[in-house]
Amino acid sequence: MRCPDCSKAIFRKEADKRQGICPECGYHLYVSAKNRVEQMLDAGTFEEWDGDLRPADPLEFKDKKPYAKRLVAEQKRTGLSDAALTGTGMIRARRVAVGITDSAFIMGSMGSVVGERLTRLIERATEQDLPLIIVSGSGGGARMHEGILSLMQMAKVSAALARYDQAGGLYISVLTHPTMGGVAASFALLGDVVFAEPKALIGFAGPRTIKATIRLELPEGFQTSEFLLKHGYIDRIVRRPNLKSEIARTIDYCGK
Amino acid sequence: MDYLPFEQPIADLEAEIHDLESQQDESAEAVELLRQKKSELARITDEIYSQLTPWQTVLVARHKNRPHTIDYLSLVFDEFVELHGDKFFGDDRAMRTGFAKLDDRKVLVIGHQKGRNYKERTENFFGCAHPEGYRKAMSKMRLAAKYGLPVICLIDTPGAYPGIGAEERGQAQVIAENMYEMSRLETPIVCVVIGEGGSGGALGIGVGDRVAMMQHSYYSVISPEGCAGILWKNAEFAEKAAEALKFTSKNLKRLGIVDEVIPEPRGGAHRDHHMTASRLKQFLGKSLKNLCDMPTDELLNQRYEKFRQIGVFLEETSQEETSLAD
Repeated sequence: MRCPDCSKAIFRKEADKRQGICPECGYHLYVSAKNRVEQMLDAGTFEEWDGDLRPADPLEFKDKKPYAKRLVAEQKRTGLSDAALTGTGMIRARRVAVGITDSAFIMGSMGSVVGERLTRLIERATEQDLPLIIVSGSGGGARMHEGILSLMQMAKVSAALARYDQAGGLYISVLTHPTMGGVAASFALLGDVVFAEPKALIGFAGPRTIKATIRLELPEGFQTSEFLLKHGYIDRIVRRPNLKSEIARTIDYCGK
Repeated sequence: MDYLPFEQPIADLEAEIHDLESQQDESAEAVELLRQKKSELARITDEIYSQLTPWQTVLVARHKNRPHTIDYLSLVFDEFVELHGDKFFGDDRAMRTGFAKLDDRKVLVIGHQKGRNYKERTENFFGCAHPEGYRKAMSKMRLAAKYGLPVICLIDTPGAYPGIGAEERGQAQVIAENMYEMSRLETPIVCVVIGEGGSGGALGIGVGDRVAMMQHSYYSVISPEGCAGILWKNAEFAEKAAEALKFTSKNLKRLGIVDEVIPEPRGGAHRDHHMTASRLKQFLGKSLKNLCDMPTDELLNQRYEKFRQIGVFLEETSQEETSLAD
């Protein structure tokens, strides 16, 4: 494969040995939600919650392909039932509630299942007084195929986070490439502490939409983690190998 | 009158009626003919407007003569005292905020403003608010909560502004924060989609105790053009995308997203601002009457549950469709 950043030919296996980091330039490649669990949590501690939820097709949506068929194909391709994996596990012996969106499943977009899994996760974190970690990866934002129901998941998850906040919960949000649209504009940017992996694309409107609207070239590095750091929207850029210890340290500082 | 393409039969009849009236023929035959034509016009208008396609609904929602926030500010409220600025960056003209009186009730109104002529529309960024607009809305909502004023949000935007400055100033962040704070704001909130309910830009002032739509407005996860561009790779499929997205008031009522659909006058809101405004006023009055007497805890619990239950999915154990929205 070619590294999307440095364009050098690299072996996926070599990158996988380095947690999905390009051996040539250090660029952070895609990792699946399942691999992320292995990287972030203490071995064998993850317990999935609400894995039995399955997406439906309430609008009987059809573009070039019916949504129902698209779902089956995506499930087969990714081995996931939908774009979010949630549950509990340990990070350096600290119990946490953890949610991960997988940008491979319909662009990591949020429909009813993603919204419901995250909301239940946040509600359980509130009840059990657990630190909450959500790793976002979504190029799609709110999932078009479930229409307004997807849009409303943004409000639902945000409302659950507001209650969690009121109860004194600590929410660490980790942004990965890409975190866009309705995912950025809801849970991803609501962390008490917000981390981002280097060079991730993060923003509200897609670069193409912006370009088409303003008809100007976009500045170099626009909507990257580094751009957001400079403009004050994230706390730290964290390289993948350090993520686990950075999360553990933050939990310790916040006394959880 | 600016007619939409599908309104041609209405345009033809109105032209005929205009001609007949200008002849000032007072013979019994002429009077009868005029009466017939007028009842024909009413029938055809009702017929066309009772079966608008989703795409036609979008055209009506965007109609340039459709009442906008500032029209309702003068027609629904007895007074409007504009409060400008987000005390941080600027005063976004795509978002209007201020004190108002709904009969005897003091309220705070927030609304997107598109503008009618080219100059206004450019100044208002066609109703697409920047982060300062959402920040302004939030700061005025906090003010309202502090002094016990209920909040009314009038939603009418194609979407939040997509631009360099908007991203630099945290467009995603402010929309997220607005939903977060509105979900726990300690005062009643009533939201009405009056024209376009464009995605996150709409929802950024759209979390409330009551959510309603005007009959011919739409409320969508994405614009039909945007959806067509992504899924059909061509914005010309917007009409198809409009069908697929099921975003009309009727659909949203069925999906349990909106509490009420406010009926528009014959031929749409743009044909009769006064009647439209009086129906909106009636809805607002009724909603606030119910909400203002409610203890705050109960109000906030109901608001949480209102959004909490939205979503349609299957639980594998039962294999039954859980339509929590019903």
